[in-house]
Amino acid sequence: MNRVVITGQGTINALGTNVADTLDAFANARCGISNLEFRDVDRLQIKIGGQVKDYDPEAQFNRQQIALFDRFTQFTQIAANEAVAQSGLVFSGDLSANSGVILGTAGGGVRTWDENYRTVYEEGKNRVHPFVVPKLMNNAAASHVSMAHNLKGPSFTVATACASSNHAMGQAFQFIRAGMAKVMLTGGSESMLCFGGVKAWEGLRVMSKDACRPFSANRNGMVQGEGAGVFVFEEYEHAKARGAEILAEVIGFSMTSDASDIVMPSKQGAARAIAGAMTDAKINPEDVGYINAHGTGTAANDKTECAAVADALGHHADKVMISSTKSMHGHLIGGTGAVELLACIMALRDGVVAPTIGYQEPDPECALDVVPNEARKADVSVTLSNAFAFGGLNAVIALRKAP
Amino acid sequence: MTSSVQDRVIAIIAEQALLEVEDVKLDGTLEDVGIDSMGLVESIFAIEEAFDIQVPFNANDPSESDFDISSVSAIVNAVETLVAAQKS
Repeated sequence: MNRVVITGQGTINALGTNVADTLDAFANARCGISNLEFRDVDRLQIKIGGQVKDYDPEAQFNRQQIALFDRFTQFTQIAANEAVAQSGLVFSGDLSANSGVILGTAGGGVRTWDENYRTVYEEGKNRVHPFVVPKLMNNAAASHVSMAHNLKGPSFTVATACASSNHAMGQAFQFIRAGMAKVMLTGGSESMLCFGGVKAWEGLRVMSKDACRPFSANRNGMVQGEGAGVFVFEEYEHAKARGAEILAEVIGFSMTSDASDIVMPSKQGAARAIAGAMTDAKINPEDVGYINAHGTGTAANDKTECAAVADALGHHADKVMISSTKSMHGHLIGGTGAVELLACIMALRDGVVAPTIGYQEPDPECALDVVPNEARKADVSVTLSNAFAFGGLNAVIALRKAP
Repeated sequence: MTSSVQDRVIAIIAEQALLEVEDVKLDGTLEDVGIDSMGLVESIFAIEEAFDIQVPFNANDPSESDFDISSVSAIVNAVETLVAAQKS
């Protein structure tokens, strides 16, 4: 089996338009959640989110591109460009044929659906823009990234709700491990912060009106975010031979299905995924220094996740640091695992563990070291990143310090 | 609109629980009739639609929501209060 390393990372989210700004926010416990700004927001009960503000598509893309790129595709392109630039890779010839892109998104072009339904239903028009379908399709972002960077190998999109990015990155890891690709761009994106997108979530009654406070006894729900995270996964020998800077090594991945409930999480399903990732990585619980939690800030997720971590890590669960950066960037749904992997890489490379902000009251059912409110310096050699989706689909990815 | 708030709330709960209305007791709880957390969210939606009201309810902490769901009669009272308050 080939070893797999990360040689590039890129992002745009509520904390910043690049990796440096995002890591700075993690290290300084800065919150990116603010009042939502879009049409008809006054008709919503939930009016906060991790929205990307001060964003001008016309500064990034030309008119033809904007006609084809939904906001989730725009975010993906921005993140992919940053990641590829950092890797220093140029895709041509054999490398192009052996490189692909696997991305996660739950909703794809939600804003495009929303705007065009409004056109035909509310405004009563009978004509929509000719590119509505290629703009809203879930694989639009992956396809545009493949075109932008000449990636001609295995490419597709994964949709597993809140675990989409982790499932996508797990697949990219397996493709390189198995020798089916040399380089894979992977991660995910989401942009559901529009009237229809937030209204749908409102219906579930699990959203907070004021803040995302994971693991805190007074938590009262999740807060949506938007943005993208994209990474360059590369076969280790290939990266070494070209003298690339290695950010981290991907050492394990596991996915499980609860097979029990469409929305309620299961401790067993989550614990099996965590344990499976450690087994796949050939590590012991004691090796794990930091876990980036799914940590949605809902009553159900946080207590179930803490119980699952305790199950899978045994006595080491009392020592491991586990934080939810959703408290800062919100829940990016299908893109969330990708942005959260940045916190894992920061812990490994910089020795800085991102905090869980908004933490106010200990909850006996979440009695782990959740790195409350302030980032912490620590020497971490292995990290896990959890994602547990609606539908009971779980995906956990393990990273180690660069070799 | 001849039936009372109580009759209409009980009808909604009975439909959600797949029971006859006679089997929904005023002093019973939603748990007694087999309504789980998803059934509860659906029942509240049905109540909002039926009475054209906004029910303050967060599934993360049902016990601390302003809307009392501790028994069927508590729900009826809470709906009557909301209907009166939001009628204007």
